[in-house]
Amino acid sequence: MFTNAGTSSFTAFLSKVAPEMLPGRRPLPPGMAADLAPHATTIVAIAAAGGVVMAGDRRATMGNLIAQRDIEKVHPADAYSLVGIAGTAGIGIELMRLFQVELEHYEKIEGAMLSLDGKANRLASMIRGNLGAAMQGLAVIPLFAGFDLAASDPTRAGRIFSFDVTGGPYEETGYDAIGSGSLFAKSALKKRFRAGLSVDDAVRLAVEALYDAADDDTATGGPDLTRRIYPVVMAATAEGTHRLTDAETATIAESVVSGRMENPGG
Amino acid sequence: MAMQFYASPEQIMRDRSELARKGIARGRSAVVLSYEGGVLFVAENLSSTLHKVSEIYDRIGFAAVGRYNEFENLRRAGVRMADLNGLSYDRRDVNGLALANAYAQTLGAIFTEQSKPFEVEICVAEVGATPEDDALYRLTYDGSVNDEPGRMAMGGQAESISGVLKAQHRPEMSLSEAVRVAMQALSSVGGEGGASRTIAANQLEVAVLDRRRVGRTFRRITGAALTALLDGDASAGAAPAPGRAQTPTMPTEEANKPITSAGSADLEGQQSEQPEG
Repeated sequence: MFTNAGTSSFTAFLSKVAPEMLPGRRPLPPGMAADLAPHATTIVAIAAAGGVVMAGDRRATMGNLIAQRDIEKVHPADAYSLVGIAGTAGIGIELMRLFQVELEHYEKIEGAMLSLDGKANRLASMIRGNLGAAMQGLAVIPLFAGFDLAASDPTRAGRIFSFDVTGGPYEETGYDAIGSGSLFAKSALKKRFRAGLSVDDAVRLAVEALYDAADDDTATGGPDLTRRIYPVVMAATAEGTHRLTDAETATIAESVVSGRMENPGG
Repeated sequence: MAMQFYASPEQIMRDRSELARKGIARGRSAVVLSYEGGVLFVAENLSSTLHKVSEIYDRIGFAAVGRYNEFENLRRAGVRMADLNGLSYDRRDVNGLALANAYAQTLGAIFTEQSKPFEVEICVAEVGATPEDDALYRLTYDGSVNDEPGRMAMGGQAESISGVLKAQHRPEMSLSEAVRVAMQALSSVGGEGGASRTIAANQLEVAVLDRRRVGRTFRRITGAALTALLDGDASAGAAPAPGRAQTPTMPTEEANKPITSAGSADLEGQQSEQPEG
């Protein structure tokens, strides 16, 4: 089964040899399943000069309960791109792992990376595969962002793609947010985003936007100073993806919180 | 009606072996050896795109000699198997031995069941924490497996190349020393009248599994970095290979940045626990 000629796509390979490992291929009993599993919430992405920044809060909720305080929803998709997951946490984590393997697999088989648009299209078709489950309440919506190695203008190399349950991708200009707190995060970004931000400014802006989301949305967690749980912040630049250390995000989150002590609205 | 001739199984196996050996001996050679910082692959290869050396998984590399279409098929199979196991279990659960066993089964079945055996010889190399922990498995056309002691040569005139390697190789050597030994071994054969010859940098395919990296450790050394290494510049090996157009390069390593391709960063980054919720 491994030696057949055939595809460079890992999901296409799985659909032949182990279809039960694809989230969209499992038969679901009828009925709504939305309240069965924890939901992961708000992710923001901001395009900066020379890269893109993605940040996510750390809360997963189940109805009115906090299911997890320190979930990580922003991950590297490969060496130059980032993916964040909102929606049903279990399926989201599974899809994200599958997407990571998909990109790495293509790169190893073909000896070259997919283009950024190619990666976004693959993710769109994987999300579309989950449409049946989404209609029963187990929706997963990713946010995808990356550094486009083929971009002619390096200041525009940071690109963001959003999706809906039927697929996508939809390229966003400047910034985007997904998840329950996205309305508030986007409103904050709408007023504060300026084209050509530096990566450091974009990081600060992302943490501010998550604070605004947590301020008005119960399902989004703000910086937790008592437990020292801070948002996950990652950047994709020409040097690749990297995650800010806990110490770095702590410094930024604490300065955002102390700013809000004086002016709660930011 | 055509006469049916009897051929003993012994004769059939001998003929197949001879065919495979001849096919392999025609090709250019490759060497794999452990050094202080990882596992080094050096293959003589006129093409810069049809690779003889490639990445299978985080700590596993693949080198082959013989017919390209046949070992390329095996390489793809290895990548598929490793990725499937890594996704079903965990990235740490993918190891070189399982892959070597799968290759042995495949090659053995092809050798006995099909009319033509694969004319290939392959090496599955897994980099460990120290040179003693490295594993090099040699797989031949008939499916036999050998665990090699930190160095091996494959392809045409492999025995004389092995002789040079055996005399020169030490597991604690640096990358530039290891490349020099590999070059010396490869160029010791094939010259006029059995003399040694020189091999140009653009006819070499060089890659390492870097012991000190987290996540994906495979890295090609091409272009200026390779030329510098062959000229004996010890610092050159530390720089990542340039030339994004030909090979997918990994991001530069700065201050313990996680190498963030695929799920490996989740495992080996600063956060030890991996939430499942």
